[in-house]
Amino acid sequence: MHTWLLSLLGGVLIGGAAVLLMATLGRIAGVSGIAGGLLRRDVADRSWRLAFVLGLVVGPVLLWLLHGDSGIGLPQVGLPWMALAGLLVGVGTGIGGGCTSGHGVCGVARLSPRSLLATAVFTLFGIATVYVVRHVLGGL
Amino acid sequence: MKILLALLSGLLFGIGLSLGGMTQPAVVLGFLDVFGQWDPRLLFVMAGAVLTTAIGYRLVLRRERPLLHDSFRLPTAYRLDARLIGGAAVFGIGWGLGGYCPGPVLASLSGGFPSLIVLFASMLGGWWLASHLRQAKA
Repeated sequence: MHTWLLSLLGGVLIGGAAVLLMATLGRIAGVSGIAGGLLRRDVADRSWRLAFVLGLVVGPVLLWLLHGDSGIGLPQVGLPWMALAGLLVGVGTGIGGGCTSGHGVCGVARLSPRSLLATAVFTLFGIATVYVVRHVLGGL
Repeated sequence: MKILLALLSGLLFGIGLSLGGMTQPAVVLGFLDVFGQWDPRLLFVMAGAVLTTAIGYRLVLRRERPLLHDSFRLPTAYRLDARLIGGAAVFGIGWGLGGYCPGPVLASLSGGFPSLIVLFASMLGGWWLASHLRQAKA
């Protein structure tokens, strides 16, 4: 299958997951919100969050069992940069109230002004960061 | 039942990310590298996901309530404030550095790469920090 067709199919599955979660539990399928909510002490509804996260972790393993390829690729930068990237992703999605799934998929699908703006901002800053790293600094 | 359906949703999500190439940071960084060898795959993933969600939400949100809960939990915030923009900017920088957003971090954990596990741990630290910043302000 063409890689872009496979990507479109992957997107449809992600959308299907989001619709399923809304139709049954009435929740937005935002990964940072669902997983981040597990860290709060006052959360009474931990079990569905854990189940969703577990599914997310196991999905590629299932794919590997079915056709021998999990689709998981190698990290592209060294450990210190990975550590910094994780911290920025955590703080940023925590403060900004969402990530690529909550704002980028679910929020954009609802035409939420906040999500449209957030998606534009994180995409532009992602592009600017890659530009500086690759074309100004010449790689990390 | 709730737990089973949340698990199913997570599984679909994880399989979709992987099929779409999003568990390969090289593909994600390739999408963000618009001034280099641009890789459009992330755009196809987003298009498929947003269209499916937009159509599905329209059908689902017509109902009075979800199947297994008493109400839909939709975001109520509406302000385009500094926290939204600043948070998204910080997230974008982290995304551009590593090529990982939260979904692919979790979906890639089974790969067992030590540096990814470090990224995961620091992301958890970031979420913890952000929730404390929120409380301090409130």
